[in-house]
Amino acid sequence: MPIDIDAEVISNTRLSHDYSVLGLAAPEIAALAEPGQFVMIKPTAGVDPLLRRPFSIFEILRDAGGTPTGISLLNKRIGAGTSLVYEATPGSHMGCLGPLGRPFEPVPPPAEAWMVAGGVGLAPFVTLAEALRQTATKVRLFYGARTASDLTHVDLFERLNVEPVLATEDGSRGARGFVTGPLDAAFTATPRSTEVRVYACGPTPMMRAVAKLASSYGRRCDVSLEQVMGCGLGGCYSCVVLTQTSAGPPHFVRSCLDGPVFDATRIVWDALAH
Amino acid sequence: MNLSVSLGSLTLANPLIAASGCFGYGVEYADVVDLSTLGGVAVKGLFLSEREGHPPPRIVETPAGMLNAIGLQGIGVHRFVREKLPELRDRRAVVFVNICGTTIDEYCEIARILSDHEGVAAIELNISCPNIKQGGITFGCSLTGTHDVVSAVRKVTTLPVIPKLTPNVTDVASFARAAQDAGADAVSLVNTFLAMAIDVHTRRPKLTNIVGGLSGPAIRPIAVRMVYECRQAVKLPIIGMGGIATAEDVLEFMIAGATAVQVGTANFVDPFLWRKLLDGIRSYMAAHQIEHLGSLTGSLDTSRQATAWISS
Repeated sequence: MPIDIDAEVISNTRLSHDYSVLGLAAPEIAALAEPGQFVMIKPTAGVDPLLRRPFSIFEILRDAGGTPTGISLLNKRIGAGTSLVYEATPGSHMGCLGPLGRPFEPVPPPAEAWMVAGGVGLAPFVTLAEALRQTATKVRLFYGARTASDLTHVDLFERLNVEPVLATEDGSRGARGFVTGPLDAAFTATPRSTEVRVYACGPTPMMRAVAKLASSYGRRCDVSLEQVMGCGLGGCYSCVVLTQTSAGPPHFVRSCLDGPVFDATRIVWDALAH
Repeated sequence: MNLSVSLGSLTLANPLIAASGCFGYGVEYADVVDLSTLGGVAVKGLFLSEREGHPPPRIVETPAGMLNAIGLQGIGVHRFVREKLPELRDRRAVVFVNICGTTIDEYCEIARILSDHEGVAAIELNISCPNIKQGGITFGCSLTGTHDVVSAVRKVTTLPVIPKLTPNVTDVASFARAAQDAGADAVSLVNTFLAMAIDVHTRRPKLTNIVGGLSGPAIRPIAVRMVYECRQAVKLPIIGMGGIATAEDVLEFMIAGATAVQVGTANFVDPFLWRKLLDGIRSYMAAHQIEHLGSLTGSLDTSRQATAWISS
């Protein structure tokens, strides 16, 4: 059952001219959240902008005793709502509704978990990495961005025993090019006998390429999709994704209820808006 | 303090109805609101068969509002009565089933099926969706079309028949009159305003469907005016809607002439708003010493307007 909290902004750390990490005091949501779930944020009271914005839960914030106190969001300033989040000052409040959506299913050992993130698509992987650490699953993070300064929180993942594999389009850090380059190399280097579950989140073309690559190596891939979303609860039917089952024609399903995490083989990628 | 209102033979515990297309099939919201505490739940528009709707993007935000072009994605009436109605019944929801067809026969067929099932409180005729090419609004934009579909459905069901009117006509009151003449039990208005938004950088429409329906606070003053006009034109109960987000908005529609209201877009923003609306209505009733909320309907005081200090 989702909870709506008028959450106090407890921190807002700017990582660059468009990325920030916003901390919200939302203990009840933090306590319920599962890996890869999202919240709907109303960055300001009033009618402009009118609708909430979906955000993956980035980190679960905890006090010294380990009790959940809040959540953080990895925000990229793109439009009106994300600009308000970027500009938000500690002490202000925003509506926070959640946790919502179908979570990631953490794979247990001896399987390995390979998380593949592009840009702000890093967001759902901290909670997944924490869940995977509980089961001592071996985890790698393939993480790509345009340039080195867009790669953030790599040390956080290292502290969670995640092995980072980095790529930047300009070659300023890690491998030069897309993250699918090192991913392809890793697939090639990994024996068939090792079970690998791939989790991807990022720009649609990246997820599509990752899904195709995983499939070509016979690996299951789950993707976390970001769709334009009106309500987050299944009421509006705006966040639909065209999905294919083995039999019959494809259907639009709501990514707020059926997702945001989908088995990549279900997605009709040609129909997905970029 | 009595919040109940009457739509003809149908009495609602309070005037708040979740608007069709904004509340799924109701069951999606059972976790956040006790459905039996609502005056009613208008479920997503149903055709006879399943529909996929339009490709996304299906919504776009606009100042104080949003455009939608969902295209009536839906599970069809057969799956509805099988998969959703039992749960709605168990949760004691007062169910308004919004129905849509491409022909009058299709409307009648859906109405017959619904009449055979327990748990349907009323049929809302969708003759006003701006986002589909066939049916629906083609009836709602013609006085004879409105009359014909309402009178045909009237003949096949004893359930209350409530056409939902479009604002995309010159004189909505004449459509309320046509509905009344055809035997409607109430009218609901307004559906969304046909509208459009363009990305100037790409010169593309922001919606795949090019045009969509505008809802939200942006349309409220126009909707209030239309309810007021219909109140003058017909005796039928009116279910008013258009941008309602607060208790004050509910009261405004009721004073303009609505017996009940529907809340749509605001539920996307705050799914927990129902209790807040009811609390706000109760506070108002206490402050204004109103015992029966129904007495507010059509209580608009225009007496001062009758005094023309300066003739024009």
